[in-house]
Amino acid sequence: MHGRPRKAPTQEEQKASSLKAAKLRELQSQVLHFHHNKIYTKEAIELSAKLLESNPEHYTFDSETIQSILDEELRVVENALKKNFKSYGAWHHRKWVLSKGHSSTDKELKLLGKFQKLDSRNFHAWNYRRFITALKKIPDEEELQYTTNMIYDNFSNYSAWHNRSVLLSKLLDKQEKGYQDKENVLGEEYEFVRNALFTDPDDQSGWFYHLWLLDQTLKREPLFLSSWPPHGSNLYISHDGYLNGQQALPVLHFQSKVKNSSTVTVECEHHAGGDLNWTPLSANKCGFSPAWLTCLTFPDEVHSLEACPVTLSVAHFPGITSSSGMPCSQTCHVYFTVSATSGDQEHSEVQTVQISWNKENFKACATESQEENLLKSLCKLEIRKENKPTTPKWSIEAVSNEIAHCQELLSSTDCKIGKLTLARLLMARVTLISYGSPDGETGVHYEDILALYHDLMKMDPRHLCYYEDEYSLVLLKQVTSNMGSLLKHCCQYRESSSPNAKPYSCLRLNGLSLSRFGSMEHLLWVQMLDLSHNKLRSVEGLEPLQLLSCLKLSNNRICNFTALEPLKMLKSLQVLDISNNEIGAHTIDTRRYLCSSPLTHAVGFEKFTDGDDVECKNHWEAYLLFKDLNLLQLEIVGNAVVDEQFKAFLAKLMPALKWLDGEKCH
Amino acid sequence: MDETTSYPPIEPSNFDLIVIGTGLPESIIASAASAAGKTVLHLDPNPFYGTHYSSLPLIDLITFLQSQSQSESQFQATQTSDDYASVPIVDRPLYSAVEINSYSSEPIDNSRKFNLDLAGPRVFLCSDSMIDLILKTGINQYMEFKSVDASFMGDAEGKLKNVPDSRSAIFKDRGFSLTEKNQLMKFFKLVQGHFGNENEGDKISEQDLESPFTKFLTKMGLSQKLKSIIFYAIVLANSDQENLEECKDIITTKSGMSRLAIYHSSIGRFPNANGAIIYPIYGQGELPQAFCRRAAVKGCIYVLRMPIVALLKDKDDGTYKGVKLVSGQELFSPKLILAPSFTIPSTLPPAAGLANSHDAFSVAKEKVARGICIAKTSINSEVANCLVFFPPRSLYPEQITSVRVLQLSGNVAVCPSGMFVTYLSAICDNAEEGRKLLSVAIKVLFSVPISGNS
Repeated sequence: MHGRPRKAPTQEEQKASSLKAAKLRELQSQVLHFHHNKIYTKEAIELSAKLLESNPEHYTFDSETIQSILDEELRVVENALKKNFKSYGAWHHRKWVLSKGHSSTDKELKLLGKFQKLDSRNFHAWNYRRFITALKKIPDEEELQYTTNMIYDNFSNYSAWHNRSVLLSKLLDKQEKGYQDKENVLGEEYEFVRNALFTDPDDQSGWFYHLWLLDQTLKREPLFLSSWPPHGSNLYISHDGYLNGQQALPVLHFQSKVKNSSTVTVECEHHAGGDLNWTPLSANKCGFSPAWLTCLTFPDEVHSLEACPVTLSVAHFPGITSSSGMPCSQTCHVYFTVSATSGDQEHSEVQTVQISWNKENFKACATESQEENLLKSLCKLEIRKENKPTTPKWSIEAVSNEIAHCQELLSSTDCKIGKLTLARLLMARVTLISYGSPDGETGVHYEDILALYHDLMKMDPRHLCYYEDEYSLVLLKQVTSNMGSLLKHCCQYRESSSPNAKPYSCLRLNGLSLSRFGSMEHLLWVQMLDLSHNKLRSVEGLEPLQLLSCLKLSNNRICNFTALEPLKMLKSLQVLDISNNEIGAHTIDTRRYLCSSPLTHAVGFEKFTDGDDVECKNHWEAYLLFKDLNLLQLEIVGNAVVDEQFKAFLAKLMPALKWLDGEKCH
Repeated sequence: MDETTSYPPIEPSNFDLIVIGTGLPESIIASAASAAGKTVLHLDPNPFYGTHYSSLPLIDLITFLQSQSQSESQFQATQTSDDYASVPIVDRPLYSAVEINSYSSEPIDNSRKFNLDLAGPRVFLCSDSMIDLILKTGINQYMEFKSVDASFMGDAEGKLKNVPDSRSAIFKDRGFSLTEKNQLMKFFKLVQGHFGNENEGDKISEQDLESPFTKFLTKMGLSQKLKSIIFYAIVLANSDQENLEECKDIITTKSGMSRLAIYHSSIGRFPNANGAIIYPIYGQGELPQAFCRRAAVKGCIYVLRMPIVALLKDKDDGTYKGVKLVSGQELFSPKLILAPSFTIPSTLPPAAGLANSHDAFSVAKEKVARGICIAKTSINSEVANCLVFFPPRSLYPEQITSVRVLQLSGNVAVCPSGMFVTYLSAICDNAEEGRKLLSVAIKVLFSVPISGNS
């Protein structure tokens, strides 16, 4: 029933429907009268049955007729469904009646057949079918055949494909006969859906199923990718500076979002902070995050700590699970040492000079420099891993096979969802190879993937934002894929006016059309990040960069302060440049959903309901953000929201702020 | 026997229109004229409706066929009346050559359970204009249809391959490569786009429309296999479209596209029909009969078993005035419709005011070879009613026209259940060529002859 234009009702139709509505209202008030006076007589039931038959959307009355004969109930529901077979209430009530053990399930299946003939894509009917088949204990395999038949009938049927994926997941999980070999089952399904894709590439239902298959092919345990400090390194901590006092803050970064229930063991003799808690570095509140942080505290009296060894063991524990429920099974150990450098007065001063981001202050990374060595260790990810899992050969083959077919299809058909799938497949292959392919297969063509997304942006401007995001992820993956390409974007920053200041390890990713972040596992070391002249709408994904102290976000597309919420997790952040963005430019902001924690009123809202600070109320978004940031320097000029009053508000809000738009303020 | 008593007199004797023969065109005209309020007399010398469009029991069919070979029709003695010149009419044979073989007596024992099409069969595309007419006149209340379950392409080895004629059939098909599936569906979409009126850009250029369809299909990148399917199983071409020099009915892109469009709009027109094609239960003879019933309801007078011996012509101006029945009675009307199964001996000039719907019939050079086989097994065990197409050159190199086969089963009430009636037809130049075409196809289809009647 989709894609059919709605006709304007004629005058007679309007008249008839208003007549009908009047009748319904009368019925409805009568039924409500009975309901309020608790009259559950036969007459009342009949009346409510009449109402439900003509308008099944009245769920309130259903529960009232509990005393009625259940068979009669089924008849009522059936008639109601004939009127409107998309009524949630009616289907739900039918389930309720059935759960009382009445009516034969065979009859129900027959009825379902009728409804599915009327509209084979009706998801209510499919949903009810799953309920009935569970009740009747029809084997999943039989139902799978049913979906096959429905798909043969018309393969533009999301519901049928979806049910197929549900059934196959069950069969594969249970390892039923004929379904033990995931490789074969998925191979046949790829072949099945391929016929649909080639027959009508413009139909999306098959592509969605294909995406599910790809997901099944890639499905595997989460991998531990990197840590800060890196394995084998020596970390210097000082009483001050960018690490807060006598603390080391190790970060673990995984390949996908994981849930972590403290199953990482930490061995460190000097740790004085009691139990170690791991905090997810992600702005969303669901508990899954690719990066996790903990805090090692060293006693104050240890002023010169000499190479205190720390070992982090991510062992085979069920505590780390991916969002799809796969536990991390590898074992790896990260070993590093921590040294405290006390009394180094050079660094003890708080930052005294403005960060200017001037060209002359950046210095390309010299070969053999400290940074390069650092990067080397990061890129190689030399983490001691035991039983490191490799990608099964078949999944790489399956993906390569799909790539070939997709390319064949695209050679004769210009189809956007095909291009998107090809891009996804190529990226999937990259991911699989990065796990470690058994053949040591390489040959990653990031350029091809980027070109595909570029095409898609032109072909399908309605989904521009999505393509930009994907493009960004691929680009970042490319940049971080090897030492050489990453080094091109690295440099050292040293303020020329204060030659004694500690240099920052800087990464410049400006002017790359980025709209989203990824590949953070390679960037945990970054202290200074230039993201100016991109297309960023939010800073979600930056959270793992715990060393970051200077962030430049000028000339992006950030349009509200909520989009900057993730910055609160960057404990070292001191310098922020958000000039020339779009904050305050959109009075009605439809892009707010892009922020992971939009309007979480729970945080500190009560504060300005007590006092009646008018400015707080007017700028509550800014208030919620900046009250938790410890900024020394802020550039905010060039946003619609900024005026003198607002700047005064900010200065008041952040007493530690030294420079606001280049002017000294405290 | 006294003729005048066995043939009752007809009252009145003046009509607006007299129609002789109850074939499909005549029945439609009779029905239309009666509905328009004219007084119509519909005569047929046969004891059954339909003339050459009827479906007969086996024994009657055999009798009819046998009569064909001997009927060198004899002139009736013509008596001239006073005012009118009498023009004798004679039956025209339907078949020029007939051959009957029997391998078992079982079919003939069940003779009455057969409804065999005399000169058919005719299947209908659901979007055919005939179906529109049936629905418009409401005669669908007198007849029922059943869908033909499947179409196949046949080859010399007897292998039957599904015809992927719709989106879901293309999806299901296992015989084609993915690219071919893609190309075929793309082409179907192109046809839809051409006839859809949404976008001018989807229309096919005038130049392409006038070019031979085969060139256009090649231009669209369709493989030989796909072209063959489109030509012979969907567009229903008769002769070899690849051989443009010798082909007698080159299909232009324009007509090919419109035939394809009708085929596609047929799929799914009626929710209870599986494919594009339907066939009337009890045989195609139901169709003229239904129109006759419709005409009778509107006041048309029917007289069967009434031979007509002559037409009456005005002696002065040579215009047609009426007919003379075998009973000797003379009936008058200003207009007459004469079925093509009758003819006026060529020595006599035809009368003005007389319409013979198929004048071209007498000069037609092409003949149609028809075969009817009765078998006890289906040519494809999975389906009961199906079509098979043998494209030109698929049976033997010299085959220049396509052979079409329709198998029907007991579920359309044309034969006892458990038996199958298979009709074959092909266009040919002469009886010998026709016999060869059909016999090769029969050999391929029924490699083990069980029982046949051809």
